[in-house]
Amino acid sequence: MAEDFWLNPWLLVMALATSMVAALGIFMLPEERHGLRTTLNLGAAALKLVLVIVMVWGVFQGLEYQLSFTMLPGIEFELKADSLSMMFAGLSSVLWLLTTAYAVGYLENSPNRSRFFGFFSLCVASTTGIALAGNLFTFFLFYEMLTLSTYPLVVHRGTAKALKAGRSYIIYTLSGGAVFLLGMAWLYAETGTLDFAPGGVVEGEPTPVLAAIFVLLVAGLGVKAALFPLHGWLPQAMVAPAPVSALLHAVAVVKAGAFGIVRVISDVFGMGFANEAGLLLPLAGLAAFTILFGSVRALFQQDLKRRLAYSTISQVSYIILGICLAGPLGMVGGLVHLLHQGIMKITLFFCAGNYAETLGVHRIDELDGAGPRMPATSVAFTIGAFGMIGTPPLAGFITKWTLGLGSLEAELPWVVAVLLASSILNAAYFLPIVHRLWFRARSDAWPEEVRWGRLETLSWLLWPPVLTAVAVVLIGVFAAVPFSPLSWAELVVNREYRP
Amino acid sequence: MTPHLLYAFTGLLLFVTGLFGMIALDHLLRKLLALNLMGSGTFLVLVGLAQHRNGVDPVVQALVLTGIVVAIAATALGLVLIRRYYHLSGRSSLEPDTNDEAGP
Amino acid sequence: MMAWLMAGLLFTPLAWAVMSLMAGFRAGWRLAWLGMAVQGLVSVLLWLAIADQGGFYYALGDWPAPLGIELRVDGLAVTFILLTATVATACGLHAGVYLDPDKPWQRYFWPLFWFLWAGLNAVWLGADLFNLYVGLELISLSAVGLVALGGAGDALRASLRYLLAALVGSLFYLLGVALIYGQFGTLSLGGVAQLAEDHTALAGAGIALALMLAGLALKTALFPLHGWLPPAHGIAPSPVSALLSALVLKASFYIAARLWLALGETQGSYGVAQLAGALGAAAVLWGSWMACLQPRLKQVVAYSTVAQVGYLFLLFPLTWQVSDQISQQAQEGMTLQVISHALAKAAMFLAAGNLVLSTGSSKVEDLAGVGRFLPFSLFSFGLAGVSLMSLPPSGGFAAKWLLLQATIGSGQWWWALVLIAGGLLSAAYVFRIYRASFQEASGQDDFHHPPRRLEAIPMALALLSLGLGLAGEPVLAIMGLPFEEDG
Repeated sequence: MAEDFWLNPWLLVMALATSMVAALGIFMLPEERHGLRTTLNLGAAALKLVLVIVMVWGVFQGLEYQLSFTMLPGIEFELKADSLSMMFAGLSSVLWLLTTAYAVGYLENSPNRSRFFGFFSLCVASTTGIALAGNLFTFFLFYEMLTLSTYPLVVHRGTAKALKAGRSYIIYTLSGGAVFLLGMAWLYAETGTLDFAPGGVVEGEPTPVLAAIFVLLVAGLGVKAALFPLHGWLPQAMVAPAPVSALLHAVAVVKAGAFGIVRVISDVFGMGFANEAGLLLPLAGLAAFTILFGSVRALFQQDLKRRLAYSTISQVSYIILGICLAGPLGMVGGLVHLLHQGIMKITLFFCAGNYAETLGVHRIDELDGAGPRMPATSVAFTIGAFGMIGTPPLAGFITKWTLGLGSLEAELPWVVAVLLASSILNAAYFLPIVHRLWFRARSDAWPEEVRWGRLETLSWLLWPPVLTAVAVVLIGVFAAVPFSPLSWAELVVNREYRP
Repeated sequence: MTPHLLYAFTGLLLFVTGLFGMIALDHLLRKLLALNLMGSGTFLVLVGLAQHRNGVDPVVQALVLTGIVVAIAATALGLVLIRRYYHLSGRSSLEPDTNDEAGP
Repeated sequence: MMAWLMAGLLFTPLAWAVMSLMAGFRAGWRLAWLGMAVQGLVSVLLWLAIADQGGFYYALGDWPAPLGIELRVDGLAVTFILLTATVATACGLHAGVYLDPDKPWQRYFWPLFWFLWAGLNAVWLGADLFNLYVGLELISLSAVGLVALGGAGDALRASLRYLLAALVGSLFYLLGVALIYGQFGTLSLGGVAQLAEDHTALAGAGIALALMLAGLALKTALFPLHGWLPPAHGIAPSPVSALLSALVLKASFYIAARLWLALGETQGSYGVAQLAGALGAAAVLWGSWMACLQPRLKQVVAYSTVAQVGYLFLLFPLTWQVSDQISQQAQEGMTLQVISHALAKAAMFLAAGNLVLSTGSSKVEDLAGVGRFLPFSLFSFGLAGVSLMSLPPSGGFAAKWLLLQATIGSGQWWWALVLIAGGLLSAAYVFRIYRASFQEASGQDDFHHPPRRLEAIPMALALLSLGLGLAGEPVLAIMGLPFEEDG
């Protein structure tokens, strides 16, 4: 009985449906029903979190949830929860709850909220679908759905600048999707399967055709993962409201791309095959270049959100770099960064949004003295920034340490040099901000200050970054505890290598 | 060459003439007449070719009768539309759409 | 039982056409409810019967061919009959509310609507070339009449142009039929195919096939013969545009496809196949590009039809001298494309009609701010757009997937590029509309809300086209049911 309950594949559908149904409900609601909408939103987010936790427990016990039906001859719609998918699903459900709460506060009294929250929920549904996809086709389905559901969020403000950013976003991502589709169709024609399986489904000798398919798939995914030179849309998309930027950067879009690359390498081609075919080293090189390129570009940004955007470009490539090291430790490092980067980056974006909403500050040189004015937000920001730099014992340190070990294991010492250089660059673009926050005195008034009673800002806006900042500390300090990101990544890699 | 085949070739000639008129002429009534010419040509080909092969053939005659009915219906519809069009726009040809940007 | 179903299928539209001729618009509208219910019921029952027993030939009134009318009832035909019933019912329900009953000429809507329906059913079931011609003419003439219902001078000009193009197309087709009959002495499609296989070296049959295909291409608005389509589809009342784009074009394509599948292998050539494909590809690119430039909303949708019809012509190269499996994939893909485009395009035209109704302007730029006031219709438009962009899980995606497999399998990879590029270009014009509607309006705040039913119908159609991809396999299974000779 209990066994049946844990194994129930409908858990998968319910996890998807929570946000899907919430989206429909929100679209139907009249604009002015704020209370009901917020309840619906948070309720669905909490319910989804519970479902995901149940599944995480099940997967930990060694169960595998699976559900499929045939759409076209040979094409299955398949949902599956394995250890890797739970990683992404867990991340998205936790951060959805927090971001929803944050967005409720952030968008208070602004127009078109039904539309916003509806598409927001759809976006999370797509992310969950991407996580739970059991084959490449299902992955693609949700990957494109994600593209469509984030567009209205990017152009939400309806200004000329937002529309321009939306246009560039859609051109990049749909082209990426088209390239991916071509690769997928070709893969199916070559191998006759689109399944994900530990160790990969591609068999036989490496051929140029398979290499071309690999390039097409990775290029299609690389657009969303903002891999150089496909990153152009991301800094522009910063015109979106802060919760959207947070979601785009920490969870949904860039991670979907990175997660897809992980899937393609480990479950379609297979790490061993891809490595033997010589496909991983060039990708590792590109990822390393993106890491340095993003960091250097970030140095020159004066707009806070744009600096964070370039930082994202750089940080997401850690995940890809880790996978491309083709060893267990490298993969642990890459996977753990999927979670670590998500939590750290969302903290930073929440904080940036708080500065913008409370003080009207968008540029870095206007931040002088923000620390004393908004202590909690600024502490959270500082923790996030130090995490990114990789200061022990925070989350970012765990990533960089594991990646470093992985690169030594893979006998690629230049990767260590890249990691060190990147950390120095991280410090170079984050420390000046921290310095301004705490050690510069404010001489003039804030651009647009809003007072929210006793607290430094609205409590909806305050708690999410504080919670994620605490998480950044905890997952770093308690990295060895079961269910921490690091332990889970090790679990994934153990299962991947010893299926 | 049998007379039937002659009919067929005449039909083809009529078809081509009609097609030429259809393309080259401007006035709508002329276009409609050209269409009728094409139609008649086709019917001649239909009867001529078939009877050249099989002798007198009741099937094609039935077909051509049906075809004529269809052609009459089409011509009638064309005439109604042309008349109405002339009534509304005062024109008797399909000039290039120059002024269709007016009004919602 | 079967005789009743067939009679119901073919005679209700004709009977209703005659009855509504005598009634006014309002009475015709009340009458139409019953007629649509009968048609819907008969179509579903027939579909179920075929799913159960397989296809058969049916001689109408027990008169054998060639003088009698012989019908070919197979899985594909019933699928299209059901599609017709769905789309026509949706358009009929929409039209009853959408059209202004006080304009005197609107009373002709219902008779024309029913004649059109009768013609469509006749084409899906037609088994001999001449009956197909009659069905095609019935469709064209009623469609022209429906376009003229717009009433104004522009509408009449568009309908006249449409009439001339359609008649020339039909006559080309008929000339081809004359040559075929002169050559083979039979009109039955199956019989002709059989004979053509026996004497492969007949030049006349090749010319006949080329003439028929050219005529049908004109009627299907294949690039560069598409000039008549955008004005006609753009200016007609929205429910009419929906019918035309969704169903009428498909009728002539259906005949072309059946001709090609029956005769192409023996009478066609690599050149013809590739030419048809190339024109289709050009239509995809040109139509999408023009759609991006149109200032009027309905013109955008009309040019999108030009583009989407282009995909259909990829059937020709993908079924010519390839293995059975690839040909099968291409045919399945094409059928799904026909169905999903019919549903999506009908949804799109109806939704566009609602948008025009509510903004009071037909210009794309006047959509600014409508996203806030009419999200439901905009959403239907968007969902239909998903199918046109062929993103999963829509029917459009399923079609594209099968076609991609066929192109890769047959080594004609260049068509794969067309498919991919076409998807992106259609995204360009669909997003152009979104972009306009997401713009925050500065001026206009005065939007008219159309009745609920007008908003619900396009949504239902859009959801169907989206869901088609999920139900791809069962639909294909019925469509491909083995055809039993004289069952």
